[in-house]
Amino acid sequence: MRDFFAMGGYAAFLWPAYAVTFAVVAWNIIAARRAHQQALAEARRRFSADADGDAP
Amino acid sequence: MDWTWFHRLASPPHIYRVAGTLTPWFAWPAGLLIVSALYAGLFLAPPDYQQGEGFRMIYVHAPSAWLSVMIYGVMATAAAVGLIWRMKVAHAAAASCAAIGASFTFVSLVTGMLWGKPMWGTYWVWDPRLTAQLVLLILYLGYMALRSGIDDLGRADRASAVLAIIGVVNLPIIRYSVEWWNSIHQAPSVMKMERPSMPFDMLAPLLMMLLGFTLLFAAVMLVRMRAEVLRRERGASWVKEVVS
Repeated sequence: MRDFFAMGGYAAFLWPAYAVTFAVVAWNIIAARRAHQQALAEARRRFSADADGDAP
Repeated sequence: MDWTWFHRLASPPHIYRVAGTLTPWFAWPAGLLIVSALYAGLFLAPPDYQQGEGFRMIYVHAPSAWLSVMIYGVMATAAAVGLIWRMKVAHAAAASCAAIGASFTFVSLVTGMLWGKPMWGTYWVWDPRLTAQLVLLILYLGYMALRSGIDDLGRADRASAVLAIIGVVNLPIIRYSVEWWNSIHQAPSVMKMERPSMPFDMLAPLLMMLLGFTLLFAAVMLVRMRAEVLRRERGASWVKEVVS
C-alpha cells in the first residue's frame, strides 16, 4: 500500500495532478447543476411575480 | 428533403426536453468508464520502461488535453451554425461550451507542468505545443469575457461567435506543433494513423478515460445548455409550463 502511494518517487507530481483533475471534474458537475437550478428558480420567481400582478 | 427535424432542433422547448432526457444516458456511462479507467490505470497497467510509475500522468493529462481541443471545435462549430443560420439554440450551445473547455484547458496545463518537472526537469518552457495550449486558454477566457461584456444578447452571440471562429486557427497549430517544430513535447502515441505505440493493458485505461471524459463533457454541456435556454427564453409560455 505504501508502495502504491509512493508511485516510484512520482507521488509529489502524480497525486496533485489527479487531485486537480478530479476537483475540476467535480466543479463542472456542480457548477452546471447549480446554473440549471438557478435558471429554474429565476423563471419560477418571474412567473409567480407575474401572477401577483406586480411585474411588468 | 424533409427539414422538419432541423426546425424542431432549433426549437428551445424541444431542445430543453431532449437535453434533459439525454443527460443521464451520457452521465452514467461516463461515471462508470472513468471509475473503471481510474482503477485500471492506477492498479492494472504496468509501469513504463522509461518513465516508471510517472507515466500514469497520461490518464489525466491526455483526456483533459483532448477535451480542451475537442470542446473548442464543438464551440466554434455551434457558433458558426448560429451565425450562418441565425439559430439561437446554436449560440446557446456554443456559450455552454466555454467554461467547460476553459476548465479542462487549465487541467491540461497544470497536469502537463506536473509531468514536465520530473521528466523534462522544468515546469514550463515556451515550447510551441505548450504556448499554443496557453493561447487556447486565453481564447476561451476572451470568449467568456467578450460575452459577459456585451449586454445585448444578440450582439454578444454574434461577436463571440466571430472570435470563436477566428480562434479555430489555433487548433491545427496545437495538433501539429510537435511535428512542425522541434518541440520538447512528445508526438502523439494514440491519436495517429498507425497503431498506438502502447501495450494493451496500458492503452485500454487511456481509451476508457478518453471516452469517459468525452461523455462527461456531453452530460455537463447538456445541463449547461438547459440553463442557457431557460435564461434566454425567460418570458416564454413553455418556460411557465416547465416551472409550474
